[in-house]
Amino acid sequence: MSAAIEVTGLGKRYVLGNTSGGYSRLTEDISDGVARLFHRRAGERVEKTKAEIWALRDVDLEVAEGDVVGIVGRNGAGKSTFLKIMSRITDPTEGRAVINGRVSSLLEVGTGFHQELTGRENVFLNGAILGMRKREIDAKFDDIVEFAEVARFIDTPVKRYSSGMAVRLAFAVAAHLEPEILIIDEVLAVGDIAFQRKCIGKMSEVARSGRTVLFVSHNTGAVSELCTRAVLLEAGKVLLDGPVETVLDTYGRLLGERGHEAVFDVDPALPAAIRSVSLVDSSGQAATTFDLRDEVVMTVRYRVREPLAGLQTSVTLARNMVDVFTSFDTDDLDEIPIREPGEYEATLRLPGMFLKAGSYLARITLGTPEQLLHDAPGAVSFELEELTMNTHHRGYRRERAGIVIGPGTWRTERIGERV
Amino acid sequence: MAATDAPRIVIEPRSAYAVRARELWSYRELFYFLIWRDIKVRYKQTALGASWAVLQPLMLMVVFTLFIGQLHGVGPEHIPYPVFTLAALVPWTYFSNALAGAANSVVGNSQLVSKIYFPRLLIPTAAACAYLIDLIVSFVVLLVVMAAYQFTPSSHIVLAPFFVAYVIAVAVGIGLFLAALNVRYRDVRYAVPFLIQFWLFASPVAYQFKVVGSQYRLIFALNPMVVGIEGFRSSVTGVGGAPASVLVVSACSALVMVAVGFYYFRRVERSFADII
Repeated sequence: MSAAIEVTGLGKRYVLGNTSGGYSRLTEDISDGVARLFHRRAGERVEKTKAEIWALRDVDLEVAEGDVVGIVGRNGAGKSTFLKIMSRITDPTEGRAVINGRVSSLLEVGTGFHQELTGRENVFLNGAILGMRKREIDAKFDDIVEFAEVARFIDTPVKRYSSGMAVRLAFAVAAHLEPEILIIDEVLAVGDIAFQRKCIGKMSEVARSGRTVLFVSHNTGAVSELCTRAVLLEAGKVLLDGPVETVLDTYGRLLGERGHEAVFDVDPALPAAIRSVSLVDSSGQAATTFDLRDEVVMTVRYRVREPLAGLQTSVTLARNMVDVFTSFDTDDLDEIPIREPGEYEATLRLPGMFLKAGSYLARITLGTPEQLLHDAPGAVSFELEELTMNTHHRGYRRERAGIVIGPGTWRTERIGERV
Repeated sequence: MAATDAPRIVIEPRSAYAVRARELWSYRELFYFLIWRDIKVRYKQTALGASWAVLQPLMLMVVFTLFIGQLHGVGPEHIPYPVFTLAALVPWTYFSNALAGAANSVVGNSQLVSKIYFPRLLIPTAAACAYLIDLIVSFVVLLVVMAAYQFTPSSHIVLAPFFVAYVIAVAVGIGLFLAALNVRYRDVRYAVPFLIQFWLFASPVAYQFKVVGSQYRLIFALNPMVVGIEGFRSSVTGVGGAPASVLVVSACSALVMVAVGFYYFRRVERSFADII
């Protein structure tokens, strides 16, 4: 069997300077340049303290024709850099990849869609951008429109489309590319459930038709459904390459092992101090990434040396620097008790389906109304992810405004027939 | 679906000098589509549409005729001043639009650049070429104005396309430089209109070459648009002005600028997706 993809020693280095965050100002670079010029003249070379990051290094990978390979890894493991290199959006710093066949990447469906153009015009433009010949688009046009279910609006400017329609049309174009090699990044989060089914169907069809697929996703469910083999990236390297179950198992353990516990040196002079803060999931497993539906269990252990009236420990949870809530371990009590000397364990259980997906940072405090004894900002952090379901059509998907999953239920009825 | 007839793509660190001509050729359809999109979108978004192609040079012609054309000796005697200046405004308007379009093109297509691979050269080039339609329209206007003044076109008019090609090359070359610079320094967006304004008055559009003081002629000749404007105007109207030496300097300057623009673009394009 011939290799569809051969990757040898692939690496990508990013230089983190003052320009790493994007475009820079001309004046800054000119003054930097002038400064360097003068220093050089003075005989001393100014080494700019530039931090380098290898987002990807020494990656070797061989993918046989027809393989459907899932690429998994934590945030920052190098998944998206790898995809960007494979789809030629960015160049590698070293190494080499050889791809036998036409590649199309669905890094983002609908790339190049123009709001002013009609559906028909966008199909042709988008097709060309994705690498189709005009003849090919002509031939597939009817199929594309039918797949997208937008036949009635095909000559309407896309700006009048609902977002669902635009996305369906975009995906339909991409799905009809028929490349030998398909690179997919989380496109399953497209459209409503019925359309997602169709997309997964289309993707399995692609996989079964002998095409090679690289599928990058957080959604381990989709990976295990579609892929026969998986590659786990960690810190820019291939940590594991093998059967899906083995790799996903390791990936799952990897997700749980970082920063699930913060241990503090206890100052013996203090009347009370926090010993540790830890995170576990509902089954008692240490974790830092939780499913949206799962409980997050936070345990604060503290030691009390002398009886303290009104001793409380609190958790303040923040998402993107915005506080979500502050909660005290005495909130549910009618009277604030006196804590006698000893070891204490306070456990806060956050229910599932309460917070939206995202990164959360917890600040823990211990103190009495008179005195703050221990403050641990950012003691632990955790991620909430849509690990077991697709949230695209739901109100609590990450991109929507707000921090919590909106409570309440909706019901819409038609209450009259006359207008 | 056999891998034998499928393309083989090699991904490795690239050199800025290598031109992948075969690859460019294989993307020609996308090139047409990008031009087509730019034209289509522009005409859909503007209320006056194609009239802009007529209005821009025509209004400048009127302004120049009223305020500059009255000065003694600013234009040659054997040609009506409006015809003289419009014959320069036609390539100039194209140049300024194409340059501004190219300069903003990569940033304007950041979504494409950060998501899909294709030769980046296509973006500024297509942006510049999309204004050719305006050039054709304004060329027709020029012929109408010439007819109104009963001014017969020169037989050298067949050479005009050559000078149009020259102007395209200059606009694309410098546009590539500005487009690449714009990705890194967003100041460029604001500098370009100023640059174009300045450039208009540094070019023999509203005046003939003779007006330029002899001590400034060498600096003047460094402007690559001297050849584009003088060449186009003399091929259409038969009225030339600048001596051959000036034209040679101007053309050489164009060559250098285009080469630098091209090289700089190729060197920086590899980091577009990382910065944009």
